[in-house]
Amino acid sequence: MLGLNKKDFNLLMVVVGLSLFAPFILNIFPKDSAMAFFNGGYPDLMQRFAIFGIFAIGFNILFGLTGYLSFGHAAFLGVGSYAAVWMFKLLGYNVVPGLILSVIVAGLLSVVIGYVSLRRSGIYFSILTLAFAQMMYSIAYSDLFGRWLGITLTNGETGLQVYSNDPQILLGENSPIVPHIFGLEMNARLTLPIGPWEFVFPVGYYFSALFLVLAFYLSIRIFRSPFGLMLRAVKSNNQRMTYTGLNPRPYTLAAFIISGMYAGLAGGLLASMDPLAGAERMYWTESGAVVIMTILGGVGTLIGPVLGAGTIKYMENIISKMNEKLLHEWFGFLPDSLEYSIVWVASWFTGEGWHMTQGVVFMLVIIFLPGGLVEGGQRLAARFGAKSNDTGKTAQPAE
Amino acid sequence: MGILEVKDVNKRFGGLQALGNVNLSVQENTVHAIIGPNGAGKSTLLNCLIGKLIPDTGSVMFDGQSVLGRLPYEINQMGISRVFQTPEIFGELNVMENMMISCFAKRDGAFRMQAMADMYREKEVVEKAEKMLEDMAMIDKRHDHTASMSRGDKRRLEIAMCLSQEPRLLLLDEPTAGMARADTNNTIDLLKQIKEDRDITIAIIEHDMHVVFSLAERITVLAQGTPLVEDTPDKIKGHPKVQEAYLGEAA
Repeated sequence: MLGLNKKDFNLLMVVVGLSLFAPFILNIFPKDSAMAFFNGGYPDLMQRFAIFGIFAIGFNILFGLTGYLSFGHAAFLGVGSYAAVWMFKLLGYNVVPGLILSVIVAGLLSVVIGYVSLRRSGIYFSILTLAFAQMMYSIAYSDLFGRWLGITLTNGETGLQVYSNDPQILLGENSPIVPHIFGLEMNARLTLPIGPWEFVFPVGYYFSALFLVLAFYLSIRIFRSPFGLMLRAVKSNNQRMTYTGLNPRPYTLAAFIISGMYAGLAGGLLASMDPLAGAERMYWTESGAVVIMTILGGVGTLIGPVLGAGTIKYMENIISKMNEKLLHEWFGFLPDSLEYSIVWVASWFTGEGWHMTQGVVFMLVIIFLPGGLVEGGQRLAARFGAKSNDTGKTAQPAE
Repeated sequence: MGILEVKDVNKRFGGLQALGNVNLSVQENTVHAIIGPNGAGKSTLLNCLIGKLIPDTGSVMFDGQSVLGRLPYEINQMGISRVFQTPEIFGELNVMENMMISCFAKRDGAFRMQAMADMYREKEVVEKAEKMLEDMAMIDKRHDHTASMSRGDKRRLEIAMCLSQEPRLLLLDEPTAGMARADTNNTIDLLKQIKEDRDITIAIIEHDMHVVFSLAERITVLAQGTPLVEDTPDKIKGHPKVQEAYLGEAA
C-alpha cells in the first residue's frame, strides 16, 4: 500500500494513529487531578512534538543513513524561521507561502554548506558544519548582512517579527492577524470536555502533524529506495563504493540537502506557531539537541527520531516546570527533615536543572540501550514473547 | 596491443623509488600474474592502475584510453574492477544488499537519484543479483550479515560484486592472503571457473606460488620496483634471476 511493504505500512499507521490521537494520549490524567501536571497535551507542546519530530526525521536521513554527523543543523531551522517570518511581513499571515520559502531557502543554504563541508568526513565534517552554523548565528545576531544592505534582515538580538506597518500585500480587510491557513487560524482549537477530562484539538498541531506524517512517509520511501541503499553504502565502506564505480559525493550532498530542507520546514512551522524568529534558534545547543533526540530514539531507525524528539521535548517542557514550591507540595506529607532532603536532591534535576535529567537519561540510554529507545522497545517485545517487531531498524547504532 | 599497457611508469615516495620504469602489457583474455618479494612495488603498481595513486611519469592505457587523471570510480566505470587484499565489502549490510549495490552501480552509473522507488521492486537488478549469488553458490546466504562471515565467504562475495559489474579487467591483490589451504584451493577453483565462463582478463598479485602456477598464463617478476622478467610460468620457474630476487644472492 502506498508503495510500502506491510511492515512499513503498519509503522506508518502507528505514526498516523499517534498523531491523530495525541490529544487523548497526552491528556491521560483528568484535568483537576494531581497527576494533571504530567499531561503533555497542550497545544504548544504538541506542536513542538510534531515539529521537532520532522527536524529529527530529516536529520536522521543524513546521520542515520550516511553516518555524517552534522553539528550545525540548527542553521537550517533558523533560516527556515526567518524565511517564513519574512513572508508574513511581505505577503501576510497565510503560512503556506512562508513554508514554501523556508524549505527553499534552507535547501539553498544546505547546498552551499554541504558542498563545502562534505569535502571532509568524520570529525572534520562535524566541525565544519558547526563552524558554519555558528557563523550563521553571529550573522543573524548582529544582522551583519542587513547592516551592509542598509535594511533590517534579521533584526539582530530583538528577533524578527511582524509589525503593523509591514507591507503584507495580501492582507485583506477581514484577514486574521495571526498565522492562518487560508483563513483557518493556527491557534484556533476545539476543546472537548468528557467528564473530568479535557481534550484540546488545536489547528496548529494537526497542521504540523500532517507534515510529520508526510515527512515520515517520505523518509520510509527514501530508506527503502536504491538511493537509501547507496547512502548506507557511504556509511559502511566509502572505499568499496568508490571502487564499485559509484561517486559518493553527490549522494551525500543530496542527503544533506534533503535533511536541510526538512529542518527548514520545521523552522517554518515553528514560525507559523509563533510569528517571530530569533538568532538563538541557530545556536549550537539547538544543533546538539537534534543529535541527542536522534541518538536517544535510535539512529538509523525509522521511528526512533520521532520518539527521541518527543521524549526530549516532553522533558524540556514538563520537568523544567517542576519548581521547588511544587516539589514541597508533592512531598509535603513526609516528615519535614525527609521532605527537605528529598526536595533538595530533586531540585537538582528539575526546574532549571532539567538538563541534568536529560543528561542522565541520555547516558543511561547510550550505555544500556545503544540502539536507543527503539532497541528498548525491541528488547521488551522479545522478553514478552511478542513476534519480533522490527521498527524499521536498518543500520547498526552509532558507537 | 594488450588491453592494459603500462609504459615507463615511475613513482617515488620521498627518497624511495617505489616504481622505476615499469613496462607491462597484459593481453586480453589472459591471466597475468605479477609476483615479487615484499617491497617490490606490486601494490604500488596496482594502485597506479586504479587511480588510488598517480604515477610521477609514464602512462597507463586501458583499452586505448588513458586512466591517468581519472577518479577511481571513473576508472571502474571504464571496466576495471579490483579485489582487495583484505576483502572490502559493505560490512553493515547483508549479502543481497551488497550485491545489489554493485548491480545498481552497473545499471545506473556513478550517480542516480532514485529516492522514491522500492529497491526490491527493481526487478532486473534483483534478478541479476540473485543470479550472480546462485552462480557463486551463495544464494542461501543472501540474508546473512557480512560482518559474521568467514574470510573465504567475504572474498567470494567481493569477487561476485566485482563480476556483477561485468568488468573487462579484474585486478586481484593477493586474493588468498591469510586463508586456510582449503579456502585457498576453493578460491583457485573459483577463479578458474570464472575464467572459463566469461571473456575476462585477470591480473593477479600473489605471494603464494601454488596459486600463481595454478592460474597464470603469463608472469611478470617485479623486484625493487622494476620488472625483471616476463614469461610463461614454466620458464619463470627455473629462471636464475627469479631465484636470485626471491632467495638472495647466496642461493
